[in-house]
Amino acid sequence: MRARTRALAAASLTSIALLATACGGGGSTTPDPGTSEGGSTTGGAVTVNGCTPKAPLIAGNTSETCGGNIIDAFTAKLVHYNSETAAPEMDLAESIDTTDNQNFTVKLKSGSTFQDGTPVTSKSFVDAWNYTAYGPNGQAGSYFLSAFAGIDDVTCPDPECKTKPKSKTLSGLKVVDDTTFTIKTTDKVSNLLTRLGYSAFSPQPEAFFADPEAFGKKPVGAGPFKVDSVSSTETVLSKFADYKGVAPAKVDKVTFRVYQDIGAAYNDVVSDNLDVVDQIPPDQLIGDAWKTDLDARNGQRAIGGNDWVTFSPEDEQLAGNPDLRKAISMAIDRAGIMQTVFSGTRTPATGWVPPAVEGFKEGACGEACTFDAAKAKAAFDAAGGYQGTLTYTANVDGAGNAQMGEAVCNSIKNALGVDCVLNGVNDFATFQKGIDGGDYKGMMRSAWQMDYPSIENFLAPIYTKGADSNWAKYDSPEFQSLLTQAAAAATPDEANTLYQQAEAKLGEDFPTAPLDYKTASFGWSTKVDNVKITPFGTPDLSSITVK
Amino acid sequence: MAAYIVRRLLQMIPVIIGATFLIFVMVFALGDPVAGRCGERPCPPAYVAKFRADNYLDQPILFQYGHYIWRVLHGDLGTAFSGQPVAQELLLRFPTTVKLALIAVGVEAVVGILAGVLAGIRKGRFLDYLVTISSLVVISVPIFVIGGLAQLVFGLRLGLFPVTATQGTIGQLIMPGLVLGALSVAYVARLMRATLVENLRSDYVRTAKAKGLTPARTVGVHTLRNSLIPVITFIGYDIGALMGGAVVTERIFNINGIGGYLYRGITLKDGSIVVGTVTCLVLIYLLVNLLVDVLYGVLDPRISND
Repeated sequence: MRARTRALAAASLTSIALLATACGGGGSTTPDPGTSEGGSTTGGAVTVNGCTPKAPLIAGNTSETCGGNIIDAFTAKLVHYNSETAAPEMDLAESIDTTDNQNFTVKLKSGSTFQDGTPVTSKSFVDAWNYTAYGPNGQAGSYFLSAFAGIDDVTCPDPECKTKPKSKTLSGLKVVDDTTFTIKTTDKVSNLLTRLGYSAFSPQPEAFFADPEAFGKKPVGAGPFKVDSVSSTETVLSKFADYKGVAPAKVDKVTFRVYQDIGAAYNDVVSDNLDVVDQIPPDQLIGDAWKTDLDARNGQRAIGGNDWVTFSPEDEQLAGNPDLRKAISMAIDRAGIMQTVFSGTRTPATGWVPPAVEGFKEGACGEACTFDAAKAKAAFDAAGGYQGTLTYTANVDGAGNAQMGEAVCNSIKNALGVDCVLNGVNDFATFQKGIDGGDYKGMMRSAWQMDYPSIENFLAPIYTKGADSNWAKYDSPEFQSLLTQAAAAATPDEANTLYQQAEAKLGEDFPTAPLDYKTASFGWSTKVDNVKITPFGTPDLSSITVK
Repeated sequence: MAAYIVRRLLQMIPVIIGATFLIFVMVFALGDPVAGRCGERPCPPAYVAKFRADNYLDQPILFQYGHYIWRVLHGDLGTAFSGQPVAQELLLRFPTTVKLALIAVGVEAVVGILAGVLAGIRKGRFLDYLVTISSLVVISVPIFVIGGLAQLVFGLRLGLFPVTATQGTIGQLIMPGLVLGALSVAYVARLMRATLVENLRSDYVRTAKAKGLTPARTVGVHTLRNSLIPVITFIGYDIGALMGGAVVTERIFNINGIGGYLYRGITLKDGSIVVGTVTCLVLIYLLVNLLVDVLYGVLDPRISND
């Protein structure tokens, strides 16, 4: 018995030793978990619901929201979007001047520094943008530099990038002196100023170019917050005191705490364990339960995002029959769906551009977006009807996507008497692949989250011939010419009028059917004040204060 | 005994190699990790090409596997797409998962065995029915209902426990541990009761009673020890399962454990996370099983490992 006990003890010890060595092999230092409650310093500390970035935090290489939210906090750009109106305000820039909308002169405010102490110069911008644009660097944000002169010379000639591009730098960017540089665009771009606030246009310090990979793990920017630590469970930011721009931080510390389930984050805000939640779980939206739980500490605002139905260009019956597409669109009871499925947290769409952006005009979609079952049925029959089953393909991993698809199909089925089913695809990646391969007929779910607050961002990337996101394969020379004219317009108002005419053209050709405009619902704890959501749907970290 | 343990440890090597290879192939089959990394828009082709090259996705699978094992042998479990080393994340998360699993196993062992023994010796009476019926109720309610209810009632409304367990302290983990253990308590109680009832009818118990031993000694020493074998098997299996994390419970209480990490790895199709975590889990399963097999010999000398 004694011998056996000893053997047993030996066995358990071996087990523990093996576990320790096997699973701790890396031997890296464990980051400080960091207690997030109760700031002892003046501005206090807040915790915000966050998610884990999918890639290292490099401003020019991130176009997903989890990383994007953090990047926006620690970077400063030439302009900053006002958190109420989305209007661009000069941040690192003193002025951005142009006389022809094609040659721009940027003057920087003097004295701005990065969080590592190095100064922000015109070279920080030009080098960063050249790095993002250069094909072999494979940066996700390269799209945003496509309007700059010389982009063709820095883009890889083939998708695999086997032959190197002709040039490493954009011919359209020139450093004049430490605080001045010029931008030349290939064609006229009237809204360039509005675009320059997107995070892909952040400057990068010298340290970035030495080792981008290592930099991405502990990045440095010139924004109101600096990054203290990043892990898969939380990201800690602290106030950068030397930031001199328009949106300085009021709190000393912000912790993005990662929640796997929005329900847990919501419950934590209700019980004051978390300060800001930027979404409300669907079950709490029913009957406005969340407004009772979070009495006087909840808010809702329209943001720059929308959903629509793309009519598959591969569907022989739908392609080339805009009247049929309009009839199907008219059969969708948008108001009813937004109320029953989304408890009024989305607004029925009346056009292709949401109200939160500059240049919005009500009603571009006209009566094709106004539900009328009888009229829709008559128009449907007149347009020749639809043979077989109409499908609505959507990735069902996103919240509400499946419910939206079922509701749209039911509405169409009831109004038109045509069979309509939801074709659910497991995840976004597979869905994207299927679209690229032309696998889906009928209708497809599409959505957009704006990059910068301009009507142009909802038209050009989605309906330009050959654009990455032109899922409808829309090709209209007239639309194209309106976009070109708008880009060359002398004043923003003139440009917006032309963009609105382009949007009206979509109303005629009807490549897609608008569904809704997004709104953000959010709540906060009893410990904080001045919680706002930006028009991008993200918490405005600079305005938050601790009571 | 020592030889037996060494033999068992050696047997683990091919099992681990086989398991990691299978997992590697399965992750490969999960699909393309590149699509969907750029928000609602497709990624630029140059980005895709660089991402594939950086993560060896453009190489044949055997090369990828060989490369991976080579790195593991050098003590590197790989790096997640987001740039954090997998080993560092596992180190950060294992303590929480171990604490949670120990609370759950503690609850299930103490409460389950006690309830099972009481029900077994009071067979056919009120206590027996109470245990069997209440365990049936617990088994038939899904864990997310128990977890969600416990969080709502004890956490939010009554304020007796913390609502979530983000930092993973013992105090925060008690309620999730109780929830997680609840299901297994029911199984352990039923298993314990059934084996005890069966063993109470055996010859050696009759002999013990005839010899004039007190009921406490008959049950407590002789019968209980023999009846524990299936229960220990179950608890051993359960430790392994709980070490793998409890994805549902972790989500409800926002516990940063192994389960959530693995889940994230699968949804992002991040091979390094999935293979690294699963390799560790396979190792834990194997070691816990070894421990259980050794315990058999202690409980019942007739089962010899030599």
